[in-house]
Parts: sequence; C-alpha cells; structure tokens
Amino acid sequence: MRKLFLWTVSLGVLIISQAAMADTVKIGFVTTLTGGAGAIGNDMRDAVELALDHLGRKMGSSDVKMFYEDDTFKPDVGKQKTEKLVKKDKVHFVTGYIWSHVLLASRNSVVGKGPFMITSNAGPGPVAGKLCHEDFFSTSWQNDQTTMAMGEVLNQLGIKNLYIMAPNYAAGKSMVAGVSRTFKGNIVGKDMTKFPAQLDFSAELAKVRAANPDAVFVFYPGKHGMQFFKQYSQAGLKGSVPLYSAFTVDSLSLPRLKDLASGSLMTQFWAPDLDNPVNKRFVADYRKKTGRYPTFYAAQSYDTIMLINSAVTAVGGDLSNKSGMRAAMRKADFPSIRGPFKYGNNHFPIQNFYLRKVIKDSEGNFTTSIEKTVYTNHQDPYAKDCKMSW
Amino acid sequence: MNWILLLEQTLNGLQLGILLFLLAAGLTLIFGIMDLINLAHGSLYMMGAYFAATFTQWTNSFFLGVLLTLPACMLFGIIVESIALRKLYTRSHLDQVLATFGLILFFNELVRLIWGPIGLDIPLPDILNGSVELFFGIRYPAFRLVIIFAGITVALLLYLLVSRTKIGMLIRAGASNRQMVSALGVNINLLYTIVFGLGSALAGLAGLMAAPIMTVEIGMGEGILIVTFVVIVIGGVGSIRGAFVAALLVGFIDTVGRSFLPDILGLFVSNDVADTAAPAISSMLIYVLMALILAIRPQGLFPPKGV
Repeated sequence: MRKLFLWTVSLGVLIISQAAMADTVKIGFVTTLTGGAGAIGNDMRDAVELALDHLGRKMGSSDVKMFYEDDTFKPDVGKQKTEKLVKKDKVHFVTGYIWSHVLLASRNSVVGKGPFMITSNAGPGPVAGKLCHEDFFSTSWQNDQTTMAMGEVLNQLGIKNLYIMAPNYAAGKSMVAGVSRTFKGNIVGKDMTKFPAQLDFSAELAKVRAANPDAVFVFYPGKHGMQFFKQYSQAGLKGSVPLYSAFTVDSLSLPRLKDLASGSLMTQFWAPDLDNPVNKRFVADYRKKTGRYPTFYAAQSYDTIMLINSAVTAVGGDLSNKSGMRAAMRKADFPSIRGPFKYGNNHFPIQNFYLRKVIKDSEGNFTTSIEKTVYTNHQDPYAKDCKMSW
Repeated sequence: MNWILLLEQTLNGLQLGILLFLLAAGLTLIFGIMDLINLAHGSLYMMGAYFAATFTQWTNSFFLGVLLTLPACMLFGIIVESIALRKLYTRSHLDQVLATFGLILFFNELVRLIWGPIGLDIPLPDILNGSVELFFGIRYPAFRLVIIFAGITVALLLYLLVSRTKIGMLIRAGASNRQMVSALGVNINLLYTIVFGLGSALAGLAGLMAAPIMTVEIGMGEGILIVTFVVIVIGGVGSIRGAFVAALLVGFIDTVGRSFLPDILGLFVSNDVADTAAPAISSMLIYVLMALILAIRPQGLFPPKGV
C-alpha cells in the first residue's frame, strides 16, 4: 500500500514538473475565414500548418496549440475575437491580421496585457511609429513601403501623369501616401472608393479615361483587385493606359485573372521565385500540400510561426521569460522566406523590395517573377517617430 | 468637367439603376403582395450568379448559360417558397426578418459547401468583353450596354405583364388589397408562388448580369440588398413603376456623387479633406434621399393605388 502511494506521488511530481518545464505554446491567429476574403485566411492557415509541420509540430520541446479566429472582415468582430484570445484562452502570442483597420481596432486589447502581438500582414503607419511597442512585432512590412518602391519604379519608367485609385480605409490611405511620397510627376487624379462595399468602379474608370494619364496605380486587396482588373479590361483601358498595382494581384486571384493580368507589374518584398533555400522549400512544400502557389499572405504567416519558434527555443520553452523572448525576436534569427533580414527599432523588418511581373511558369500556371530589386534594406518612414531603442 | 464624361457617367448611372430595378421589382412585388419581408432576396441574386457560372461552364457558352439560369432561378424560388416561406405568411414581420436572415446564412454555407470558399468567374464571349465606340467618340464597355438594353426590355415586358394580362391584374389587385382578392375566390397561394418565382427569376437575372462585371462570391447579395430596400422605400412599396423610377434615381445619384463630389467639395475645402470626405458623403447621399422621402412622402413616390 505504502509502495503504491510512493509510486503515485512520484508519478504525480514527474507529471507536474514536466508540465512546468514545457508549457504548451498557445498562439492566437486572427484572420478572415469566411466571406469573399475567406480564401486569404484559408491560405494563411495552410501556411501556418505547413510551418508547424516543418517544425515537427513542436517548438523546442514544447507543444503548440493554435487558436484560429475569424474576424469576418470587420474591426469590431476582430477586436472581440482578440479579447477572447487574450482573456479566455490566455494565449502567449496573438498573430494574423490581414486588415489594417482590424489590427488598429484590436491592438489595445493585446499590447501591455501580457501576450506578444505579431502582425502577419497589416502594417498601418501608427503601429510602426508613435504607437510602436516592445511587445509588438511584424513579419510583413509597413504599408507605405511597398508603394514607395512603386513610386520609384514609376519615376524610372518616366511616367509624368499618374492616376491613383485605392479604397478609403487605413491601408488605402497609407498606400496612397507611400506612392505620393516618392513619385515625382503629377498626380492628375485620385479616387478613394468606399471599402469594402464598392465593387463597381464604372464611374471612376470613366474619370480615368477622361483624365488620360500616362499610367494608373491601384491598391485593391483581395476580391476587389480581381474585379478591378476585369472592369479595367472591359472598359477598354487595358491596352491603352498601363496599370501598376500593389497587393492587388496575388496567387489567389492569378489563376482566375489569367491573361487579364499577364505582364502586370507590381512591387513587393517577396515573390514565389525569390532565390533562397528557405523560400524554395516553403514554396515547393506549400504547392505539394495545397496544389496552389502560396500568396504573400501565406509567406508572411509562415515567417510568423518561425519567429515565434525562435523566441520559444531561445528561452528553452520558459514562456514567462518575456524579455528573453523579446531579445530573441529582435535578432530576427530564424529561417525567413525573404532571406536574412534585420529588425528596425520599431520591430518592423528592414528589407528589400522588388519589382514583380506576372508570367506563366513552365507548366502554364500564372505566377509572378522578380524583375529587379528596387530598394535594398529599406526602412519604413515611420521608424523615426518610434521612441523605442534597443 | 467635360460633357463626354458627363454622358458616360449618365450611362453608368443608368446601368446601375437598371440592375437595382431588377432586384427591386422582385422585392417590391413580394413585399407588396405577399406582405413578406424577404431578406434572403440577396441570396436569390447570389444563386443566379452561381447558377450562371455553373451552366456557363457546363455548356461552354455564355448565352446557353443565361438561358438555363432563368428557369433554374424561378424553380429555385418556387422551391424555397413552398418549403420555407409559406409558413411565414401569417407570422409577424419580425419573425419573417429572423427567418429570412437565417436563410441568408443557410444559403451562404450551402454555396460554400457546393462551390467552395473561393468565388467563381463567368468568362464573357469576346464580343462582349471589351468596349465599343458609341456616338461622338464615347467608348463604353459592351457588356454594360447589354445590361442596359436587357434591363429596359425586361422592364417593358414586366409592364406589359402587369398591366395587360390576367395574372398582372391579380398582382395589381393583390398589391392594393390582399384580403379582397382572396375573398373573391382567387387561389392566393398559387398567386404567391407565381409572384415569388417571378421575383426570384428577376433577382437571378440581376445576379447573372452583375456576375461578369464583378465576381461570383459568397455573400455578394448582401450589400446590394440594402440599396434595394432603399429603392423600394423611395419608390413606394408594392409599386413596380415606383421601383423603376427610384432605381434610376438611386443609380444616378450614387454615380454622380462618386464621380463629381470630390471635385465639387475640392472647391470649398482642402483637397485632403475632400478626398476623405467625398466617398463618405457620396455613399450617404441615397440614404439622405430616403430620409427626405420618408419625411415628406412616407408612402413613397408612386405607391400602388388603394393603399
């Protein structure tokens, strides 16, 4: 009897000490899983699962538990889901976030409340500048950067008169601010359309035709991008006014746009053919797993998990050691799909931006390929407003 | 501002108005005659688009796809009416709103199960997939012209159906005084089914015409449904003529607001403010119009006779 008691106690101690040594890493992932934008969230989830597969479903010796939440493309819902993750599920990391307005609404429910917040896509100016925080990281970019690169490209192409269209929300304004910052010619027209309600751009396209610019630049993420390209072509503008874009054509829309987007130029920090071993493995395994080319959303989500893994392994699974995890993440010492990079003082990547072109691969699939490097080690313009230094 | 642009925007407004009319005509008939608030009308629009995408794929022809879609939508509407909605006629409007809202969720998930979360596309035949030169050097997308002509044709046919046929007579009578029609021995259930099927076919037609411009997506009918309700409130519930006038009015106001408001506002305030405020104000305009109509003429512009 006594022997049995001793056995039980020692077994119990063993279990408890095991649990103390390796807490389960709980990661919340807020994205859009339903509605027209649900395909994006789906893509991000596939990438997260692929990253976990690559890690053997463990970070160091710790188990990983994912909490996927659907923001339904609405800031209020995103905030509620974020609060649920922080208060009820007590996650250690809150990640995901496609949309800038959802991220901005949710930010205060996470930072300063315990968990780390890592954006896997949205990069509105405030969180990179004045609102930067020691618990906030990005594995994507700041919104302005990509379109600043586009402004440079347009200068190099000798574009004098530019027409700009973007949706009227946080990210749309950042994107327009970015291209306006670097583009040296005239902006002859600008339309900010209602988002996400407006899907018919007939009135704006009529204005484009009347303004007769040298080029049109648009930012229309998700389904809006596809509809814009279709209508641009139907309006007969495709052949006559060149169209440049950012975050508008992606691996989800390309198989449907096909020739409509053929030859289309855009700027981005990454492309499926970016030449580094991490990216090659990611793209190949992602295509094997899903049968699709990964989107940039997927690539950034893969990096989010790898960044968390670098933090968790650096502290040996001791999730209470936040300063240790923060120091590890600041090193950006993980296999990234963009190749090695450094974090700026505001925890946004300092990274390259490329010009991408829509091409057909050897199997006849539409994808994008890097034409040239526009910016090398580019830091976002809001970093100087961030008081944090380390 | 040049007059070619103005003309082009007029066509854009007309095209949007026609699309709204097709939705509003069905909704106003169902509301006016059956006294049913059908929030799922947008789902019928979505089903029209999905049917068209599927049939176009099967038959490899856009025109055959369109021909198959219309009866399919009508049939679909009749099935929905007899299975789900028939039980709601005697219930309060609040119950109807709740039940038809449930239908929206049901149809969205149904579409996700059958067609998947990523939307579909309807490839247009080459002849429709570009722009054509109209008079005075105005270029206009060919398919949008087709929408305008098809919509006007349907509006005429609907007018003839309602004002010249026996069914139309019953529909008009039903819109004016439902109890009297059934008291006179008309099979009101059959009339309801016909009206709902007709409304469903009109919504499906709107869906299939919107689909090649936009894309076929889950929940595509929800945004446009709200505007459709605005149209029938402005036009007068139950009145097809009212729906037609109000749809064109809303189409024009929305288009003109979107296209010229930033410039007009730019005259008074700084450009930055105008850029931000104009989209917000232009999307409010139709609701302002609705509020004005409700204040001055609560029964709508053209209420059916006898209401």
